[in-house]
Amino acid sequence: MNIVYRRPESLKKKTMHYCPGCGHSIIHKLIASVIDELQIREDTIIVSPVGCSVLIYDYFECDGTESAHGRAQAVSTGLKRVQPDKLVICYQGDGDLAAIGTSETIHSANRGENFTVIFVNNAIYGMTGGQMAPTTLIGQKTQTSPFGRDPVLAGYPLKMCELLNQLKAPAYIERVSVHDVKNTIKTQKAIKKGLSYQMNGMGYSFIEVLSMCPTNWGTAPVQAAQWVKEHLASYYPLGVFRDNGASEEYK
Amino acid sequence: MGERILMRGNEALCEGAIIAGCKYYFGYPITPQNEIPAYMANRLPEVGGVFLQAESEIASINMIWGAGCAGKRAMTSSSSPGISLMQEGISYLAGAELPAVIVNMVRGGPGLGNIAPAQSDYFQSTRGGGHGDYYVIVLAPATVEELTHMMVDAFDLADIYRTPVIVLGDGVLGQMTEPLVLPEPSTRVIPEKDYILDGAKNRKPRTIKSLRLAPQQALEDHNMELKKKYEEIMKKEVRYEGYMIDDAEIIVVSFGTSSRVCKSSIQMVRENGIKVGMIRPVTLWPFPSEIISDLAKNTGVRAFLDVEMNYGQMIEDVKLSVNGEKEVHFYGRTGGMLPDENELYNKIMEVVNEYCIQET
Repeated sequence: MNIVYRRPESLKKKTMHYCPGCGHSIIHKLIASVIDELQIREDTIIVSPVGCSVLIYDYFECDGTESAHGRAQAVSTGLKRVQPDKLVICYQGDGDLAAIGTSETIHSANRGENFTVIFVNNAIYGMTGGQMAPTTLIGQKTQTSPFGRDPVLAGYPLKMCELLNQLKAPAYIERVSVHDVKNTIKTQKAIKKGLSYQMNGMGYSFIEVLSMCPTNWGTAPVQAAQWVKEHLASYYPLGVFRDNGASEEYK
Repeated sequence: MGERILMRGNEALCEGAIIAGCKYYFGYPITPQNEIPAYMANRLPEVGGVFLQAESEIASINMIWGAGCAGKRAMTSSSSPGISLMQEGISYLAGAELPAVIVNMVRGGPGLGNIAPAQSDYFQSTRGGGHGDYYVIVLAPATVEELTHMMVDAFDLADIYRTPVIVLGDGVLGQMTEPLVLPEPSTRVIPEKDYILDGAKNRKPRTIKSLRLAPQQALEDHNMELKKKYEEIMKKEVRYEGYMIDDAEIIVVSFGTSSRVCKSSIQMVRENGIKVGMIRPVTLWPFPSEIISDLAKNTGVRAFLDVEMNYGQMIEDVKLSVNGEKEVHFYGRTGGMLPDENELYNKIMEVVNEYCIQET
């Protein structure tokens, strides 16, 4: 019998706490699959953020640590600088990475720290119950933007890939999505590329993953996926912003 | 015994740290400790280490978390406002039981204050400093040599008890140049680091965290474990200097830079044949309560005088230790002002005149 699909070995046999239709569990599985494929489980350390995915270390057969809200990339910097032979995956949500942790994000990227950031953008604060995120769309209703995000009051949704693409140091910046099968497969490829680049010492890789939060969006899972496709992905265009590995210099 | 050399406090402490095996420094500029990052930036590459100027003190302390997770000896340094920014991180380090060494060259506050030497971070340092139930070990040197040797002790204590350790100096200690002999490497036995994150090879995956959600009592249980550890530290790691206390009728209590001025004034008072001595806490937490309690119960001791470069912080610990047995007086200068030996002499004499019958 030829097994074509199974639970990645790097993922613990444990029921996840995520809500039905949430993208985190999908993204976790993709990361675990890549860790298996690259055979790096025994060299990988996962840094978790504050937010829904704070418990990510409970789901991986890898070493892991938490970080204070917004500080995951400072923690990753410390971890990687003192043991450059290990692989560090820094997993963060939009509030963590693009609001309270913007400084750490920009400066880690600007130093070209050799780790891989997985940035999950679902345009809302999930764990605290649905407040406006830096990435919440204009007009999007949340607990703290009850009449819809008004740019006069709250500014505009922050495009992190575009922002980081202004910097010289990052090796790889791509925005992907997990709202359908095709894009989910692309996401896995992006994660693999990011980790491969880290293994080759190429520096900072940043993979933004558009994701669903049906609970806090007040939608059913299917509609949530549809909303990513129609709204989130139209404001946050999918695609490669930077790929030093594909440039002539690295061939 | 090593060679006697002349070094500035902020630079000498770096050599102490390197002798202790510290190879990693993460920090952000702030006066009056800028010589520390500048020295480390030159020196750490020579010993195969890494110096990194962080984007903020908040980032620095979290980089220390990362280095601590990997089991490496790492340090950061700052001065008062920067240490305030680190407090969230220090609370996390205490909660997750990660070692860290943090140097605070205290300056005048509150707020941006000034860049002159002060001791006004006593409360912040000895009461944990951040949120939650915890303490950190606080070492208070009084000379450049003591500061340098203390770095070796600080790294050992941090590893033995898996806790942040603060070395609390001030602008004077950091900037002053004094003769010293560098410390020898430590011979203390450090427990094996069986918690570090270096990849789950041939072992189960490890997690380092401060979050404890379930079961309901998980955090209380953990905090009680921390309490046990703190009690052990209080029992084993109290350090202080007793100066002319054997026959003293008046006991001065002072730490760090202000204790040096006190020594000069005590010598002046002693020349009058008056018996004054001093307890100089070397660990501010754990506080040397026992010796102060014992002295308070001693019938030969008539009163205490607490001297600080703030307007009265350590005096609370002194009063708790004296426990009403004797009066505790206070003299302090604040806002980055140093007392001089004459004003302290006058203050000691004032206390002497109130409590001691002078033989004429």
